[in-house]
Amino acid sequence: MRPFQYQRASDASAAVQALGAAAGNNSPLTQATAQPLAGGTTLIDLMKLDVMRPAAIVDINPLAQGWSAIEPGSDGLRLGALARMSDVAAHDEIQRFYPVIANSLKLAASAQLRNMATLGGNVMQRTRCSYFRDVSHDNCNKRHPGSGCAAMEGVNRMHAVLGTSDQCIATYPGDFAQALIALDATVEITGRSGIRSMPFADLHKAPGNSPDIETTLQPGELISAFAVPGRWPRSVYLKARDRQSYEFALSSAAIALDVQDGVIRDARVALGGVATVPWRAHDAEALLKGQKFNDDMAERAADAAFAGAVGRRHNSFKIALGKRVVARALQQAAMMEI
Amino acid sequence: MSDHSSSRPSGFDRRAFMAGAAGSALVPMTVRGATQDARVPAAQDPALPVDVTLRVNGRDKRLQLDARTTVLDALREHMGLTGSKKGCDHGQCGACTVLIGDRRVVSCLTLALAAEGQEITTIEGLATDDRLHPMQQAFIDNDAFQCGYCTPGQIMSAVACVKEGRAGSEADIREYMSGNICRCAAYPNIVAAVKQAAPEIMKG
Repeated sequence: MRPFQYQRASDASAAVQALGAAAGNNSPLTQATAQPLAGGTTLIDLMKLDVMRPAAIVDINPLAQGWSAIEPGSDGLRLGALARMSDVAAHDEIQRFYPVIANSLKLAASAQLRNMATLGGNVMQRTRCSYFRDVSHDNCNKRHPGSGCAAMEGVNRMHAVLGTSDQCIATYPGDFAQALIALDATVEITGRSGIRSMPFADLHKAPGNSPDIETTLQPGELISAFAVPGRWPRSVYLKARDRQSYEFALSSAAIALDVQDGVIRDARVALGGVATVPWRAHDAEALLKGQKFNDDMAERAADAAFAGAVGRRHNSFKIALGKRVVARALQQAAMMEI
Repeated sequence: MSDHSSSRPSGFDRRAFMAGAAGSALVPMTVRGATQDARVPAAQDPALPVDVTLRVNGRDKRLQLDARTTVLDALREHMGLTGSKKGCDHGQCGACTVLIGDRRVVSCLTLALAAEGQEITTIEGLATDDRLHPMQQAFIDNDAFQCGYCTPGQIMSAVACVKEGRAGSEADIREYMSGNICRCAAYPNIVAAVKQAAPEIMKG
């Protein structure tokens, strides 16, 4: 690991000042010379691998007192960005009114990592692409723009089939983000000029021609909270993986349904493990809305969710697997007793 | 391999260290910046060590550490507490599990500077006087290890697993202990040990 300067932020204003002041060089957030430290489960790991090389670390854990509240209300939910994954997953009202959120967190990582990792850091975690994580591979457009992509013709079993470009096929690895994007969450961002909010769907950027730019956050900005409108007791997070526990998704689905008198009034479908960014399947949702649920409809919605998928040498199985995950998750959500 | 982020004083002798020499002698106790507020290491030169006080197993320990030092390296290389093991050093195996406060964490991904002011409990801090912690005894009773390298992490994780209320069934134990890998695959006996110790730990 390369040397760095460690600073502990006394408050939010000091944190964003310290992070923003070091920026200067117009580099994307992932390359910024100052990086925030929360749980550290991504940052310290990638610094040991020499993938991330910040000159300064700003420890934002002292902000936890104001930024870690879990606030379920009758018309929506607010989650502080420094709430730990384990605390949110174990919260009674999250389990009851937002099972898709509770389970996306509970099925991620290990008990130790969930105790450390924060919600804000979780959505900012970086891909597990083995070529990205191994700096002995020179050709990675995320690490070195323009250098090529070793995964295209390499071992790409874990890579994405949706949202890819000819520059990058790295999978977005998280789980919680799929729940947020499915539930139309907004993200609250604290920066040097104050607080702004935007749809969570606008946070992540598909790789396109600039895989090194992963989000729309700028250096000097921090996620301070998430807000979810409404309640979604009929919701499911289903995750298929190589091991039963403590493994990233091969394919996952975040599903939320609003069913009244047997008719689907609203449907939310998001996909994980198969796309370069948290992925909302709007076409699948459109098929479901206003209909009565049956297994045939679940399969048609699953087909629609993967209509644009592009498989490569080792990962085409994800298209068939992903459809089954979506169909089964829809069935589970439809059968839930609320 | 890159360095392991612990700046060893010259003359460091691993053999003497292993033989049980006091780990504290390895760290020069220069009280640099005694008047400065230790909580604000602002404008610190990355090339210089930083004063930090870690509270481990109920005792405060003043150290001078390179900012890169993890809690795991601070314990093993600077405090002589080699019970916590370095397996992967990337948060994947659980061998380095310790408690910070009442929460189990992987000490290899926790910076020592970020752990200042918090109570750290390691495997060395579990037993009281001559009596093993119930989880330690249960691991012996159930033959819950083979090579033993993962065992300190397993035991620390298991203690927390029970206190979190996640040891009610074998399925729960397996799910909530999945962050601790045992390469010898002693899992059935580990599950049995956790089941045995759980009631005694919950009794208090």
